[in-house]
Amino acid sequence: MTLQNAFDIPRGPGPLRRALRLARREWGAALACLFLLAVALGAAWPQLLTGYDPVAADPLAAQLAPGAAHWFGTDHLGRDIFARVVHGARYSLLIGASATVLAMVFGTLLGLIAGLARGLLDEAISRFLDVVSAFPDLLLALVLIGFTGPGTVNLIFALGVASIPRFARVVRSQTFVIAQSGYVEQARTFGLPRWKLVTRHVLPHAIAHVPIMATIGLGTTIIGSAGLSFLGMGPQPPAPEWGAMLSEGRNYLRNAWWIGAWPGIAITLTVIATGVIGRRWQAAFEGRRG
Amino acid sequence: MSLIDIKGLHIAFPGVGEVVHGIDLTIAPGESVALVGESGSGKSVTARSLLGLGGIVRAERFTIDGEDVRTHAERDWRRIRGRRIGYVLQDALTSLDPLRRIGQQVADAGAPDRAGALRILSSVGIPAPETRLPQYPHQLSGGLRQRALIGTAIAREPALVIADEPTTALDVTVQKQILDLLEARKAAGNALLLISHDLAVVARLASRVLVMRNGRVVEEGPTSEVLRHPRHPYTRQLLDAIPTAASRGKRLAPRGADPLPPKHIDASRTVLEVQDLHKRFSGTPAVNGVSFRLAAGEALGIVGESGSGKTTVARMVMGLTEPDSGRILLDGQQFSRIPEVQRRPLRAGVQLIAQDPLGSFDPRYTVERIVGESLDTLGVFGAERRARVREVLEAVHLPERFLQSRPRDLSGGQRQRVAIARAFAPRPRLIVADEPVSALDVSIQAQVLDLLAELQAEFGTALLFISHDLGVVHHLTDRMIVMRGGEVVEEGDVTRVFTAPKAPYTRELIAAIPTL
Repeated sequence: MTLQNAFDIPRGPGPLRRALRLARREWGAALACLFLLAVALGAAWPQLLTGYDPVAADPLAAQLAPGAAHWFGTDHLGRDIFARVVHGARYSLLIGASATVLAMVFGTLLGLIAGLARGLLDEAISRFLDVVSAFPDLLLALVLIGFTGPGTVNLIFALGVASIPRFARVVRSQTFVIAQSGYVEQARTFGLPRWKLVTRHVLPHAIAHVPIMATIGLGTTIIGSAGLSFLGMGPQPPAPEWGAMLSEGRNYLRNAWWIGAWPGIAITLTVIATGVIGRRWQAAFEGRRG
Repeated sequence: MSLIDIKGLHIAFPGVGEVVHGIDLTIAPGESVALVGESGSGKSVTARSLLGLGGIVRAERFTIDGEDVRTHAERDWRRIRGRRIGYVLQDALTSLDPLRRIGQQVADAGAPDRAGALRILSSVGIPAPETRLPQYPHQLSGGLRQRALIGTAIAREPALVIADEPTTALDVTVQKQILDLLEARKAAGNALLLISHDLAVVARLASRVLVMRNGRVVEEGPTSEVLRHPRHPYTRQLLDAIPTAASRGKRLAPRGADPLPPKHIDASRTVLEVQDLHKRFSGTPAVNGVSFRLAAGEALGIVGESGSGKTTVARMVMGLTEPDSGRILLDGQQFSRIPEVQRRPLRAGVQLIAQDPLGSFDPRYTVERIVGESLDTLGVFGAERRARVREVLEAVHLPERFLQSRPRDLSGGQRQRVAIARAFAPRPRLIVADEPVSALDVSIQAQVLDLLAELQAEFGTALLFISHDLGVVHHLTDRMIVMRGGEVVEEGDVTRVFTAPKAPYTRELIAAIPTL
């Protein structure tokens, strides 16, 4: 190779170009990512996106249609809907994510215990999970809130408990298989104590699917939180929760559609975006594409 | 006219490149030809090209029954598959659909009616075929399954049957039945293309042999000529790699003058003592009164067919299965029927080499961590562990660059070497090896056996070697036990057992070994 040729070696594309190329191939997932980033930004620093106070009422500006001053219009109390939707992201994401983490942690623990214990304990846990998942998630959460009363923390608890079986079942069946694998048996022959076998060789493999399931499940808990807030079980007024806003807007659909429409769109897009990302991740993980 | 006439065959795969580089292959009607070589030599790919399966095929001439197949589309190949060429895959368990009855599968393969299916099944030597038609593959034994699979391949009476490693996973007596069956077909004038790395099987069946390596035919000729007077060094190497009586105490790869290091057997020190072991699985006895002892540095072989209880014995010795009754003493200390907490400190003294090394490695672990983990209970950590891991990897001839490799990136031979390194790392007094070479090609098997023998001699480790391959046991071990139905039918010095077997079953086993 001559010196001349050495300079002709094409340089690999830079990171930005690579990202753009990936985004063009995976435009759906890229759009979903962008949207979720915007939602996350709204949850973290809503002031960056809007100057309005989400709870400040202005009776003189009630029920204004979307326009230059109020992009999404105003509601029956004259509050800026764009500001409320942006500030509301915090509730939806916080409740959705907290409930999912709760379900993830306890689901994984229960699944692991059931998968390792076998026998009576497994039977007990599995039947408990059967009972829990026999009720629709939302109904179960509603029942739990019936006991605990409405409020953000109770909502998180109710939604989290309702989602436990999903995680527990997958982790349990994975644990089952892995606990019987050759490498766990081999590690046993080294004289390793049980807790080392579990933490080193069982747990890391058993939870491989959990982050993906959590992403897909996030959409479900967000819908659940909006649904229960719609029924008045979540954050209480005047908190700008999307479900609660939808509920308020319901009464004005005839003459001010924008009051209910914008939070509804926000819920829908957020749930679709988490679903798209979760499914795409799952597909990549299972090697079906790319 | 030749049944198969191929000249200058090239096969490539997208992303992999060319794997077969211009080979010639002709098969006359009624002729039986063998393709021999190790995995990756291109022998299976070549055979599959005769059915239009896989790869980008290029050839100067490629005719089947005089028909040029080079431009055949998928639908043209369908006229050939099963009708003119039948294909028997290696693994009958995965090649038969587990959810379809045997009768349905024979019908799928082209049996015209029930009578036809019965005729096919009895022609492949399945006794009482009418009882088999409604059964599922899992209800059949390994030998019957393999026969049913051959039945599906010959259902349309093809002029040529391709048998891809038809006996590799089978016990010697079952293997003999399958070989008898294929031989009978050959005698009846059917052409056979046999693919195998087992030269003894080839010697029995094929009249002509092609030795393949890296996608090329390195030697071709009449079987007896090639096996008796190999011209190519690779053919010689393959022949030398076969463990036999004659190779005892010598290296297999490369074979010849090099003797193995002398063993240090200390008959006065008993490492393992097994007393009257019994084990039942859901009422059925798996092991029924097995006793033996193993001296320091000695190698004891346990042979038997699947279901003989040999693996259960190995698992009990490893403390993975608890015996129902009887005792296992490791270095004079009770090792069986004690709480796991008491057993753990003793476990470093006995190490396992499993049949499937890949399955015995945590896929997330690097080679360094895999080998090092066996040192955990000895409290060997840090620099000392790193040094020990490097030392055993060197002993199994794996360079340091493999330290950070993951199991999936290793070849079959490298994996088994890592498993051996791991077993020797804690300096155990006893190693239990359960079929450690049965999944390996003969040349890789030779290297692994050499390594085992070498390290065993060097460290004075006792070896309990479980195998269904009598040749391997004959080559490697000092004493042997023959098991059948959970009982020991014969025990003794290896040479004595092979030259003067006492039990009729041992005689049967030895007679079933295909020889060159």
